[in-house]
Amino acid sequence: MDMQDDCIIDVSGLVKRFGEKSAIDHVDMKVKRGEMYAFLGPNGAGKTTTVRVLSTLTGFDEGTVIIDGHDIVKEPREAKAAIGVIQQHISLDKDLTVWENMMAHAMYQQMPKAERIKKIDQLSEYIGLGDYYNFKVDKLSGGWKKRVAIVCALVHSPKLLFLDEPTVGLDIQARRGLWDLLRKLNNDGMTIFLTTHYIEEAESLCTRVSFIEKGKIIADGTPEDLAHKIGYFTVESFGKDHNTQYAYFQTKAEADEYAKQFDDTMTVTVRRTNLEDAFVEMTGNRIGDNGFMLQKATNPKEAR
Amino acid sequence: MMSFFSEVYAVAWSDLRFMRHNILQIMVSSLMLPILYLLAFGYGLKAGDVDLFGDGSVMVPYLTFVIPGIIALTSLSSSFNSTATRMNVQRLYYRSFDEMMMCPLSNTAIIIGKTILGMVRALISVTLMFCIGCALEPDFLTWMNPGLFVLSVALCCFLFGLLGETAALMVRSHSGMSLFTSLVITPMTFLCGTFFSVQALPAAFQWILYVFPLTEASLCIRGSALMGVSDAYAFPFWALGVIVAYIVVLFSIDMYLIKNRKV
Repeated sequence: MDMQDDCIIDVSGLVKRFGEKSAIDHVDMKVKRGEMYAFLGPNGAGKTTTVRVLSTLTGFDEGTVIIDGHDIVKEPREAKAAIGVIQQHISLDKDLTVWENMMAHAMYQQMPKAERIKKIDQLSEYIGLGDYYNFKVDKLSGGWKKRVAIVCALVHSPKLLFLDEPTVGLDIQARRGLWDLLRKLNNDGMTIFLTTHYIEEAESLCTRVSFIEKGKIIADGTPEDLAHKIGYFTVESFGKDHNTQYAYFQTKAEADEYAKQFDDTMTVTVRRTNLEDAFVEMTGNRIGDNGFMLQKATNPKEAR
Repeated sequence: MMSFFSEVYAVAWSDLRFMRHNILQIMVSSLMLPILYLLAFGYGLKAGDVDLFGDGSVMVPYLTFVIPGIIALTSLSSSFNSTATRMNVQRLYYRSFDEMMMCPLSNTAIIIGKTILGMVRALISVTLMFCIGCALEPDFLTWMNPGLFVLSVALCCFLFGLLGETAALMVRSHSGMSLFTSLVITPMTFLCGTFFSVQALPAAFQWILYVFPLTEASLCIRGSALMGVSDAYAFPFWALGVIVAYIVVLFSIDMYLIKNRKV
């Protein structure tokens, strides 16, 4: 298998503009078959636009996008047949029942009738949707709607699954359940491309992560590699000024030595460097729980 | 070819399921407006006979004149509203239209498939309206040319379904759809030869009305329904040609919007 076949996503020089603003700014990216890949960045970084372009939903201004060996402009049908997409916002037909939504997706994929019924039953049983077949979608809670969207995206056994902020709005239990499902799908050979602003999600799930900010990829690698680029150990110090300071070291001994200099008025922690530390160092910003950028270690007085 | 039809069916399937869930509501709402027009204009106004050719050679009762016009109007309101409303909701609110766009379907199948709901609903409404018309004016059954009548009605339903699709693909909000209805559909409803003969208007105004496809739809449906009234009454094939031309133009616009991802 050559490099071209090895990559299920091959993007070069991708640019997408909205007026004067570049939502995607000369992005090059390759995702290998079988990878679990995350696009990590704050709201407005260009994650959703990238997924919309890669899933053929939105056009682009420059560059080429190859999905499963097919140029999405020249061979859109072949490229579309290889992908499943779970969008950030639930995009089900709320006038139809759960079963009708799943059946409609299977029909869009041109699956034979017997196969689509069998596959819907299999997936529904696995995800626990069987009892809800005749429920109108708008009667379901957000978590259950997400499950229906998952079945719809998986019904044709895609080679590549896009998930745009898949766990936004889900409770912890549902989030963990979805993580387990994604791990299983990935173990079964499906390539998974997800966007998230939850750093722990990317760190826990993905074999490779890219940091995206203002439409550009600013770093790329395994979560460990990215974290270790700034140092294996972190000293986190919190003092009277209510301002947390971070320092990074290659060895535990160096970190311990540095930590000794603080007096008892400071709270000091020595720990392993994680993906969030790497993101903050490389972008100069921190992502809040709501996905919006927070300034790095801002002093409230200075901010005023 | 089979694959193409199965793609069209796949696109239309969810809309037809939606129709099945709401069949009573859809039928009542489809027929309410035409029946109101029939009562208001057909009976309420108590208008006199209508001069079909404008030269006094053939006069028909107003009710006979207005029923084919209301059938044309029914094809417009049912087909346009069903297609435009559902697509607008699917595209802007449910976002389920996006899901379909990400699937391996041809653009032609998507465009034709999305008009099926409007066509089916309009054909049912027109059939019911035709039955009411025949009950009020049984001579329709002897005057009409069934082949041309069915062809005219089918083409009109498809045309107005495409018009609804174009509107739904172009507007950016629900209020945009209301604006389109106010500026295009409502004037068509009252002015395009449904309730009066366009020939009764000044020549310059007639030409403006010929731009709106409901005028040609009224001419074709009335022409096929009243063909036997007089030997001199010829079916307006030119108007059928205009309807086909409108279908080509609207189909091309929809194709451009979908192909270039302007939706």
